[in-house]
Amino acid sequence: MTLAIHYPALQVVLPLLAAPLCSLMRGRDFAWAFATLVSWLAFGIAVALLFAVRADGAISYHLGGWEPPWGIEYRVDALGSYLLAIVTLISAVSLSFARLSVAREVRQDQHALFYTMWLLCLAGMLGIAITGDAFNIFVFLEVSSLSTYALVAMGGGGDRRALTAAYQYLVLGTIGATFILIGIGLIYMMTGTLNILDMSERLPAVADTRTIRVAAGFLTIGIALKLALFPLHVWLPNAYTYAPNAVSAFIAGTSTKVSLYLLLRFSLTVFGPTFSFGKLPLNEILAVLAVAAFLIFSALAILQENVKRLLAYSSIAQVGYMVLGISFASVTGLTAGIVHLFNHALIKTGLFLCVACVAYRIGSVRITAMAGLGRQMPFTMFAFVLGGFGLIGVPLTAGFVTKWYLIMAALEAGTSLGLVAAGLVLVSSLLAVIYVWKVVESAYFRPAPAGSPPVREAPLALLVPTWALILASIYFGIDTRISVGVARDAAVALLGGIS
Amino acid sequence: MTAEAIMLLAIALPLAAMLPIALTGAMPNLREAVTLATAVGLFLVVLQLLPVAMAGGQPEIALFDILPGVPFAFRLEPLGMIFAFVASLLWIVNSIYSIGYMRGNDESHQTRFYVCFAFAIGSTMGIALAGNMLTLFIFYEMLTLSTYPLVTHKGSDAAKRAGRTYLGILISTSICFLLLGIIWTWTLTGTLDFTAGGILAGKADGPLVGLLFLLYMYGIGKAALMPMHRWLPAAMVAPTPVSALLHAVAVVKAGVFTVVKVVVYVFGVEYLTALPASQWVMWIACFTILAASLIALRQDNLKRRLAYSTISQLSYVVLAALILSPLSVMGAALHIAAHAFGKITLFFAAGSIYTAAHKTEISQLDGIGWRMPVTMGAFAIGSLSMIGLPPTAGFISKWFMLQGAWQTENLLALAVIAGSTLLNAAYFLPIVYAAFFRKEKHDGDHHEHGEAPLPIVLALGATAGLSVLMFLFPGDAIALAEALVGRSG
Amino acid sequence: MTWLGHFNYWIFVVLMMIGLYIVISRGNLVKKIVGLNVFQTSVFLLYISMGKIWDGTAPIVTDALMDGRPVAYSNPVPHVLILTAIVVGVATTALGLAFVVRIKESYGTIEEDEIQHMDEEAFLARSEHLGGQP
Repeated sequence: MTLAIHYPALQVVLPLLAAPLCSLMRGRDFAWAFATLVSWLAFGIAVALLFAVRADGAISYHLGGWEPPWGIEYRVDALGSYLLAIVTLISAVSLSFARLSVAREVRQDQHALFYTMWLLCLAGMLGIAITGDAFNIFVFLEVSSLSTYALVAMGGGGDRRALTAAYQYLVLGTIGATFILIGIGLIYMMTGTLNILDMSERLPAVADTRTIRVAAGFLTIGIALKLALFPLHVWLPNAYTYAPNAVSAFIAGTSTKVSLYLLLRFSLTVFGPTFSFGKLPLNEILAVLAVAAFLIFSALAILQENVKRLLAYSSIAQVGYMVLGISFASVTGLTAGIVHLFNHALIKTGLFLCVACVAYRIGSVRITAMAGLGRQMPFTMFAFVLGGFGLIGVPLTAGFVTKWYLIMAALEAGTSLGLVAAGLVLVSSLLAVIYVWKVVESAYFRPAPAGSPPVREAPLALLVPTWALILASIYFGIDTRISVGVARDAAVALLGGIS
Repeated sequence: MTAEAIMLLAIALPLAAMLPIALTGAMPNLREAVTLATAVGLFLVVLQLLPVAMAGGQPEIALFDILPGVPFAFRLEPLGMIFAFVASLLWIVNSIYSIGYMRGNDESHQTRFYVCFAFAIGSTMGIALAGNMLTLFIFYEMLTLSTYPLVTHKGSDAAKRAGRTYLGILISTSICFLLLGIIWTWTLTGTLDFTAGGILAGKADGPLVGLLFLLYMYGIGKAALMPMHRWLPAAMVAPTPVSALLHAVAVVKAGVFTVVKVVVYVFGVEYLTALPASQWVMWIACFTILAASLIALRQDNLKRRLAYSTISQLSYVVLAALILSPLSVMGAALHIAAHAFGKITLFFAAGSIYTAAHKTEISQLDGIGWRMPVTMGAFAIGSLSMIGLPPTAGFISKWFMLQGAWQTENLLALAVIAGSTLLNAAYFLPIVYAAFFRKEKHDGDHHEHGEAPLPIVLALGATAGLSVLMFLFPGDAIALAEALVGRSG
Repeated sequence: MTWLGHFNYWIFVVLMMIGLYIVISRGNLVKKIVGLNVFQTSVFLLYISMGKIWDGTAPIVTDALMDGRPVAYSNPVPHVLILTAIVVGVATTALGLAFVVRIKESYGTIEEDEIQHMDEEAFLARSEHLGGQP
């Protein structure tokens, strides 16, 4: 099939071109239906690419027929195709969910623009995952970031704090992106190329210069800002809390994941493990920050009264898990980090969708307001419980798979510090038990406030996408062949320098 | 049908029954008929496995890989056979009892109760038949989660608090210690299969193995080794059939079952003999036996006294396993069954008293024996079994434990078992004495009452009978226990 | 005196610091955007500096080149890259200012501490309201 060879380009071009078209759509739900269709098509392409890469190895696509390193190369490898599949899946499911939820939270005349932004954001994230050109990464990063800021601000119709959250996100996100730009510039200075593969080949010759070390510093800090790695997480809780509910679900499953991809791409593919983890103490720095992130933010999540904020704090903690996995610099550790990209995207988006169902019915996402919902919205709350099990890492959920590999990696390290890290991961999952159970107790043990109007179960249009993700998170806790298989392939490829 | 398929059926049957039970929620009679039919069906299925296990067969089946190299697998072995047999048998009795109790006390949410109960039994079957440590762990956690709604059944603040303690201790120990221990074992040995003689021998050495052993022993919070016992008294707020489920049928039994499994199949008895940590845990078990008995003496609430008695009895099993002689390990296996029959009788009796007389404190029980002769008679038999006197099952298991301790010249264990027998007598016999030989008080609490409803009486009579039957016909049980330690029957 | 020869890099560093400092220290939301702009502009200078060669010409075919003499020319790629980055910068500024306008509309102020104060008061009022009905 001739179209199939152009899939890498289509993956990005499709949503990118669909976005302006979408802005022209008028009338109820046209924009939504169009965006959802495009998103599912993108998912189809991503799955096709994933299997193509599984079968035949990395795909290199030369835009406009220009040979790299002169032209821009799109390169789909194991890690990239994994991320493409995650991002498109999460986008497609949250868009399927979005219609009713957005209709309630965003002004009718803004709908077309809302879905335009969504598609642009999707295009940007897909571009980051697919491009083989460092400057291109920056451009796509800004495309996705700018549209995310706008999406978060769309929550301003209901709560004006969404505006300040978006503003804060914009300022910090821009600083992060500019840091990344500086880093890329410094590498370009030393290597004279922007193609990532070319860079990685030329870097070892100049690796001992101060410029490259500075570049690594700028890149790491810039990416950490985008990744919301403690202590650069400040923007995340507000952005997740005040964004429209469907947007929270979408960005919770994608934006930090894309940033983590960047961290892997730069620290391992570009700089290489010998440089990042040998000459620079990147793994030690990351390990300390990661442990601090999941301990502190699991604990803080317990104190939250707003469920969206609680989930946001938990996200910061979960980012800590992923980064900890990377910091072990072993195949098992990286597998844990990469597989958690996928698992956490499913679980957290599923949970945010549950919360969106609740918000759709009762208009509040506070824990106290959820009293009695276990009876009144049984399907929604049971989905929340199952998703919560995933966050805790109960066996047979996707979260357990991650934890298994993470602890295995910690023990494989063979040091007493590794043992301590393993223990701390477990302590953090206990904290997760507490914050998940706070919601469960409120929903199942407190009676609905006297005199409150009866609440009905969320409509089917909302329940189906929610349950699809929750069930997927359980399926991938049982059948790990694909999720762990691809993650392991990616980990081996990334560590190619060492093993 | 092959033995492998029967094993899967034994796990799937109660789990599959959850749906019809939930669907027939509006028709209590039908719902309870489904429960009972499933219970009887499950027992018949498990019975099919008995000849296979007696013949020494160990059929196994691996379904799929949960993680590369660790399949979701089941395997029939003697200890699991005993556990599955006891649990499935007691589920029938418990179902009959539940019907009487739940209706007699007009409990709410009965459908949820029966659904969760079936779920818990399915998990228990999974634990009993698990073929490797990870499969066991999965069902272990499922059991914790499925019993949580049962413990908090009443939905009151007290129930919520108890639920927190229950879930808090069981989840935190299993996640923090047991899971860590399992993954550690996996990185050390590359396998999690239950293998005769253990999998760790020769793979690991040094003080860290001691730590690993402690991780296992404290990770199995369901075995209620002190100081991880708090959940058991807390869970007393639950309805009595649930207490029976926790104490006799499933939960604590799953705990000590796992302990014995770990001792026999993960570490291996011989390997443990050389490990100092096994001594420490034995001392902890001894301490738990005595301390829990002493606390039990001071409880006036009948169910709380029974709860502390359970803690002490569980540590018997741990102690017996850690005496590390074949005879005592057999004693441990037999005690799982013996204690189950005895303790369920005692709990049924407590529930019977509550249903008929609305009395919960021991000081209120003077003279009640003449009003409720069957209940208190069964209670007396249960007490004898706890103490370890003939003609009850407790005697058999204690006999093997003592023999094992004698053989290894373990004076500490001998002394503790003897001492605690006295303590057991000291806190059970006064109840029986007061019930039959003291005059009834005629104060404010008093009202006329007779025996509890028929299902309750039937159930507790049956379990007391089982306790005696196991004393009279211990042959099959002993044969299975011998197979466990690898002695030809 | 090589450090003096790199004066354009020094300017980059100084501008970057000034920009970041403004973003961090100012409470006025518009001034923060100004700081962000200064910060971004400094990076443009970095890129342009690295592409420029002393006495280099534009990368076009000249008479000298046709005569076969070696010609030093500046690398055009960073300039082109920065054209893109400038566009991104403009978009960011526009979006940021749009947010400021909306914030001004709904809060009536663009001072960060005042906004924070208003949010806290709203939170407290809300908790009291909730305290009334358990």
